[in-house]
Amino acid sequence: MSVAQDTVSAEYPGYFRRLSPADWLWAAGVVVATIFVLAVYGSRMNIYQSGTLVVTAASGLWLGWYWKSFKGYALAVTGMSLVGVFSYGDTLASAQTNFFLKYLVSGEAAVMWMCALLYMSTTAYLASLFRREAGRGVMPALVTAAVTGAVGMLGLWMGRSGLVPGLEWASPLVLLVAVGALLGPIASTDFAARVGSVLAWCAAAFGLAGLLVRWRETYLHDPTWGYIPVSNLWEVFVLFCVITVLMYLYYQGRTRNLGMGGFVMMVVSAAVAFLLWYTLDREAHVVQPLVPALQSWWMKVHVPTNFVGYGGFAIAAMLGVAYLMRARGERRRPDGLLARRLPSREVLDDVMYKSIAIGFAFFTIATVLGAMWAAEAWGAYWSWDPKETWALIVWLNYAAWLHLRFTKGWRGVPMAWWAILGLLITTFAFVGVNMFLGGLHSYGSL
Amino acid sequence: MSSTSTDPTPPGRRSTFAILMAFLGSMGLAITLLVALAVASVVGTVLQQNQSYEAYLLDYGPFWHELFRTLGIYHVYSAGWYLLILVFLVISTSVCVYRSTPAMIRDMRAFRLGVKDKSLRSFQHNVQRDAHPEAPAALMSRAEAVFRARGYRVRQADHGDHRVLSAMRGSAGRLGYFFTHVAIVVICIGGLVDGRLPLMLAEFTGRLEIETRQVPVSEIPEQSRVSISNPSFRGSVEIPEGQRVDVAFVTMRDGYVVQELPFHIEVKAFRVERHATGQERAFETDLVIHDALLDEPLAHTISVNHPLVHRGYTIYQASFRDGGSRLSLDMFPLGRGADRPMPFDARVFGTYSQTGEDGSRLRVEFTDFSDTNPTLIEEDGVRERMDMGPSFEFVVRDSSGAGWFHRNFQQPIERDGRRYLLSGVRQNPAEPFSFLYIPLDPQGDGVDRFMRFLAKLTDPAVVAEVVDEATRTAAGQFEGVDEGLRAQVAETMRGLLETFAAGGYEEVIAQVQEQAPEGQWDRMADIFLRILNSGLDAIYLRVLAEEGIEVVSEEDERFLEDALRAINALPFYGSPFFLRLNDFEHIQASGLMITRAPGQAVVYAGSVMLILGIFLLLYVSHRRCWLWVQPRPEGAGLVLAGTSNRNTMDFNREFDEISRAVLGESRPAPADQDARA
Repeated sequence: MSVAQDTVSAEYPGYFRRLSPADWLWAAGVVVATIFVLAVYGSRMNIYQSGTLVVTAASGLWLGWYWKSFKGYALAVTGMSLVGVFSYGDTLASAQTNFFLKYLVSGEAAVMWMCALLYMSTTAYLASLFRREAGRGVMPALVTAAVTGAVGMLGLWMGRSGLVPGLEWASPLVLLVAVGALLGPIASTDFAARVGSVLAWCAAAFGLAGLLVRWRETYLHDPTWGYIPVSNLWEVFVLFCVITVLMYLYYQGRTRNLGMGGFVMMVVSAAVAFLLWYTLDREAHVVQPLVPALQSWWMKVHVPTNFVGYGGFAIAAMLGVAYLMRARGERRRPDGLLARRLPSREVLDDVMYKSIAIGFAFFTIATVLGAMWAAEAWGAYWSWDPKETWALIVWLNYAAWLHLRFTKGWRGVPMAWWAILGLLITTFAFVGVNMFLGGLHSYGSL
Repeated sequence: MSSTSTDPTPPGRRSTFAILMAFLGSMGLAITLLVALAVASVVGTVLQQNQSYEAYLLDYGPFWHELFRTLGIYHVYSAGWYLLILVFLVISTSVCVYRSTPAMIRDMRAFRLGVKDKSLRSFQHNVQRDAHPEAPAALMSRAEAVFRARGYRVRQADHGDHRVLSAMRGSAGRLGYFFTHVAIVVICIGGLVDGRLPLMLAEFTGRLEIETRQVPVSEIPEQSRVSISNPSFRGSVEIPEGQRVDVAFVTMRDGYVVQELPFHIEVKAFRVERHATGQERAFETDLVIHDALLDEPLAHTISVNHPLVHRGYTIYQASFRDGGSRLSLDMFPLGRGADRPMPFDARVFGTYSQTGEDGSRLRVEFTDFSDTNPTLIEEDGVRERMDMGPSFEFVVRDSSGAGWFHRNFQQPIERDGRRYLLSGVRQNPAEPFSFLYIPLDPQGDGVDRFMRFLAKLTDPAVVAEVVDEATRTAAGQFEGVDEGLRAQVAETMRGLLETFAAGGYEEVIAQVQEQAPEGQWDRMADIFLRILNSGLDAIYLRVLAEEGIEVVSEEDERFLEDALRAINALPFYGSPFFLRLNDFEHIQASGLMITRAPGQAVVYAGSVMLILGIFLLLYVSHRRCWLWVQPRPEGAGLVLAGTSNRNTMDFNREFDEISRAVLGESRPAPADQDARA
């Protein structure tokens, strides 16, 4: 962003003049790719599909200009997806024989890679919080490792032995903290967090490429099945991981602060834990044809938009947790690990606001898109279906949050608590409604 | 929703109106209403809405039912108190917009050139110099260039002893406030237009009465009909294939009203398209709209996600059910005369009267038909989908109203190489079916052999004849069996066959236990069963002989086992007859939803405004800067101050750059980046 201004000048170049050659190369690439797709496949696409392509390309172009790191990411995802799609050829059976598909880029393999990389990334970010510092002991880190390790193993045992069924899937989250705290003191720089950040980028790439390849797979199962893989709970959890990680990486780049990673990645890891259970225990990753109500163009825009909202709210809540811990650390032990290692309250507060703001904006769009879809599929843009009503509740909640911040200038601890509460409400709207209340969205059930 | 400006009214006595406005436009009220609305909305999701009152009464008992009904909790979103919260929210928002807009517009326009240096010095972002080496004029012109290059609008004023430059950018962000809040009002008004307000009003004034009976449309009185002038409604109607209607039913509380339509909707055909796996792929209805305004009838196919819009009415594919399919059946009495089935033609949703063998009256109600039954069958860990074929459901009720619920399949199923016809039975619709397996003839698809066997077993004359013959044959094989013993055995056999036909093996065992002392039960049961089985064998041989079979094959043996198992289960079957489906004409009814929502465009416009407003509000920050300059002997005294209503951290950086550019200072080493973190 910053322009070297050793020589003073009143001149401030316009937006386009500030773009680098790489930006223009990117733009050219996107335009050429779009024209190529339209030329080769255009005859098989209807007006909605062509329109979606053009709008997506334009958004991607702008995103690459606005967020420089996105370009490399997009290229990596494109490459991986193309390898996946072309390795398949015309038959699903290739997944068993082709090396790339079997171990890397088939929808299933890529998502499993994403899960593994996210666990690793979380551990690395956490390790960075426990890094060694000259003149200070490593006892806090080791104590944390011992306690969380014990709790995690206990949970694992209780889950495995059937005392508390399901706990074995959640316990790894605690163990991530243990491993992070144990390994953290090895380094004295933020090396671990940098590794975590690279792993997070890779995980996001595998996740998105996995979804894109899966898109092709749905057609390979049966040409009449084909659907965009954001249509069932398994797929949207992958989407949630990808979007949340990308949003976090954006804020990490903007603030140049690596300290938030351990917290944000924790909520993503929770989603991974669910995904692993859902895949390995329930086999929910199997492609099934869509029910007629979901076969709609609106799916493509409604669901991803919604998940930008959910991602923003999730990040805000985790930063709320970090904020509360930092505030408590400053109050109790100003010299302790919490007060020194966690990002400053200003940064946490600012990013918390920003992620709620972006989440709120996209959640609004998603709800409006949902209403338009409902008008087309169910005959009314609003029918007080439990999912709709809970979307309204989530919206009202964050509207109130933003109002108090803007007009009353509320900041700090209460807003952090509220952001955490907000995520609980959002989570209920996301999964709770499907599990407990049913209604017209009940196809997204567990 | 609150005013962003300070209240211009001086403290002291205020008019009632002002106090009221202050209250309605206050932030406290707005937040309270937002939270109240959220909490009230939760109620409606936890308690399932719009169910029948009987169901609620069962669920909650009379006390809570009465309380919930009075509070309108069964229909929260159209309850008076809920609408009242919404109305208050609209009023609060409107008042807020009314009070704050003038200040907002002033804020967007006013450059505040009269600003005092003292107040600028108190800004969070400010740079002060007491002795800047440049002349004020040069400074001002460079500042203007700097600001303009960054897209700021700039005004200058010369106040004699000092000069002020004011610059601002992103004032459109202030419009965000206006758009979002007006959007809420617009959306609520649009929603209200499409709400049931006219119907509720008509009911309140007594012009409309809710119909709670299930009667044909023609019998529904005028008071329960809504004319075509009603601007908005959401109704549904089920139309069997080949029929047409010009009404829709709008459910209201525990009943409904009839909405008349200005055209006829005819359903030509309804289809369920399926994937190769049997899962549903599409629901489609071929419609024809008969409208006097059309030159010729309009034919159109609708499906889920693809409705038809005609004259502002939108017609959606919502559901489907059987539309009165015609079934061609054979009725086999499960007893005497089982070999003489009666042809029986029925329609789904038809009710037929039958007289039982004992003269009792039975009612047979046909409730459903389905032409396919895709089922997931798991065998050796491999899941496989298969179609069980057509099935139909019916209820047999006796005079007390108690019913046996049945589900019969047309196609036989195969088990271990043998084929059976399935008939499910249950006494409670909530239970799963128990199935009666009727063995199919080894050759062909009939159940003739089973029915002939059953007919003979339950015909006293035939039984007597068979028993006589069997015992004589047996007696002939032994020397010295006198007629008295033979008659006694014959009598026992006849009795056992009769008992078995009526109550199965269970009844036979019960009879043993009744007649013999406890110590001899096993021995007696053994003897009785042997006598019974030789009787059953004799009857079966007779059935086979009629078919011209002399030598009993293994297949025939197994058939007898199956037949006996089925007869043994008959006492639990309930109905005194078995219905076999020969042929059918599948007639379906398509469930359509018909709506008219003139407020939809208003709501969409409001939504677009809302989104636009939110982005302006959140992402266009209204940034303003002032440069206050006073000529001093040694150059100039100056204050440069800035403020941004959003994204203050980004503005930090921008203000930093601006101040350096304005003051002509070079940038220090860019190490301050991390200091912010």
